[in-house]
Amino acid sequence: MLTEDERRKIRDAIAGSRGKREAALDALKIVQEHRGWVSDELKDVAQMLEMTPVELDSIATFYDRIFRKPVGKHVITICDSASCWVTGSVNLIDHLLSTLGVSLAETTGDGQFTVLLTACLGACDQAPAMMVDDVLYGNLTVSRIDEILRLYR
Amino acid sequence: MEKPLTGRFRKDGKAPTLRECREAGGYAGLQKALREMSPAEVVSAVRDSGLRGRGGAGFPTGDKWEFMPRGDEARRPVYFICNADEMEPGTFKDRVLIEGDPHQLIEGIVISAYAVEADHAYIFLRYEYHEAARRLEKALKEAYGDNLLGKNILGSGFDLDLHLHRSAGRYMCGEETTMIAALEGKRPFPRIKPPHTQHCGVWGKSSVTNNTETICNVPHIVLNGPQWYRGLSASGKEGGTKVYAVSGRVHRPGAWELPMGTPLRELIMGHAGGMKEGYSFRAALPGGSSTEFVLEEHLDVRMDFESVPGVGSRLGTGCVIVMDDRVCPVGLLFSLMSFYARESCGWCTPCREGLPWIARTVAAIHSGKGENQDMEVLREYSQHLWVGRTFCLLAPGAMEPLRSGIRYFEEDFDRHIREKGCPFSERHVDDLY
Repeated sequence: MLTEDERRKIRDAIAGSRGKREAALDALKIVQEHRGWVSDELKDVAQMLEMTPVELDSIATFYDRIFRKPVGKHVITICDSASCWVTGSVNLIDHLLSTLGVSLAETTGDGQFTVLLTACLGACDQAPAMMVDDVLYGNLTVSRIDEILRLYR
Repeated sequence: MEKPLTGRFRKDGKAPTLRECREAGGYAGLQKALREMSPAEVVSAVRDSGLRGRGGAGFPTGDKWEFMPRGDEARRPVYFICNADEMEPGTFKDRVLIEGDPHQLIEGIVISAYAVEADHAYIFLRYEYHEAARRLEKALKEAYGDNLLGKNILGSGFDLDLHLHRSAGRYMCGEETTMIAALEGKRPFPRIKPPHTQHCGVWGKSSVTNNTETICNVPHIVLNGPQWYRGLSASGKEGGTKVYAVSGRVHRPGAWELPMGTPLRELIMGHAGGMKEGYSFRAALPGGSSTEFVLEEHLDVRMDFESVPGVGSRLGTGCVIVMDDRVCPVGLLFSLMSFYARESCGWCTPCREGLPWIARTVAAIHSGKGENQDMEVLREYSQHLWVGRTFCLLAPGAMEPLRSGIRYFEEDFDRHIREKGCPFSERHVDDLY
């Protein structure tokens, strides 16, 4: 069941758009903000948007920033695209995963972190770069990654 | 040297307020367009300026606008879309422009929308640009408050609503027809053209899409005229300035507004401060990851749309990725190919099946499991995924660095196969992926 708060925000998003389905992505984001991921309440969202659940799910599963599975409290997206690659991102990805004791797309046992690879973050002047939730961190080194992780523990 | 696009950037890195902007000439181009020029005159000015699309394709902006149906021919409401879905690896110029002067973009959108007689405009912004989004939201509020957006803009009778659409990832959405599907709340896939979006775009109505940097040029062209704009370029061939960028192991990675046609060497060795100690230049992707590699011998090329093809590549986004001598070219090609494989929308078979196959083949070579015939596979696939074989240009874009990569770095590929491992590193990419 969607909460009343979620319903109200989704109704507002629909009111601000031309045609209900235009609000689909915003509606999914609202659910994700509330729950950390988009659960099967997706079918209730679909009803509000006058779409079928399958249609809405095809949108949800397209975007890499919409999660259809539970993720950790913090999602770390680390870039392995060209500019970060040539400045040594692979070693940093190794370090991040071994420090947290997870593989890619896994969540730490304490539920704190999920690590995902991401396409170029558009922060190539600060490569190598990663984001923790919506915060960008650039000029990464092994010790800087350790410092950043401490901020979230 | 004139720097119209970054002229109002503040030294402290914050965005100028509307007041600061207007005191420095902001929205003067809009006033001029709305009060003194017809939409057709704005289109002519932009066409005469020689402005070419800064998203990477370099299509003349004035021509794109001239294809827009007008009056009764147009399918209303007409939409104008600003493409700020900047996701090309190595590219961050649009972020710099939005964060540095969000009002410049808004002014450019209103003038452009006026030129194509649009009723509604969108900014399609990539998810990760949170700071840009905050600054745009503030600027939009200011612009609505000052009658620079909304009904009867500056008393001209022209109305325009501007909506900020924040996306949720996926490189694919930067493609014109895919972006339209995304805006409409559909699973974003590309579609074959024709019909062109000018006739059948968002919601089946007339629409046109321009890149963020392209749009930022428009107020200055309108205000100062096409002659002035043409005079800004270094080569005299193509108009204006360009926001170039350099990333990789250089002293000062960054972005700079410079005359269009500035030589590549000046960007890397001058503005970016040259290579870091202990590293030397080996190759570069001159305009984002979907362009062919260039080598040391090509560094004197002028960075404009006409000149870069002379050295076998393209200007693309003008954001240069430098590969130094300590980077394994096979490893970098793996990074590039796995990016495209991951970002393929899966709509058409060559891209969906071919890109992962290529990425796996490059990974096998890098990890010492390659065989001589793998090179033949890569050469063959680079034909199978070329222009005309796919719905959109994602896969052909991926083939540009692959084709030049296997040509220029043939000896590196051979060594990996011969020595059954990577001469640069013991780290094998297929352990991670």
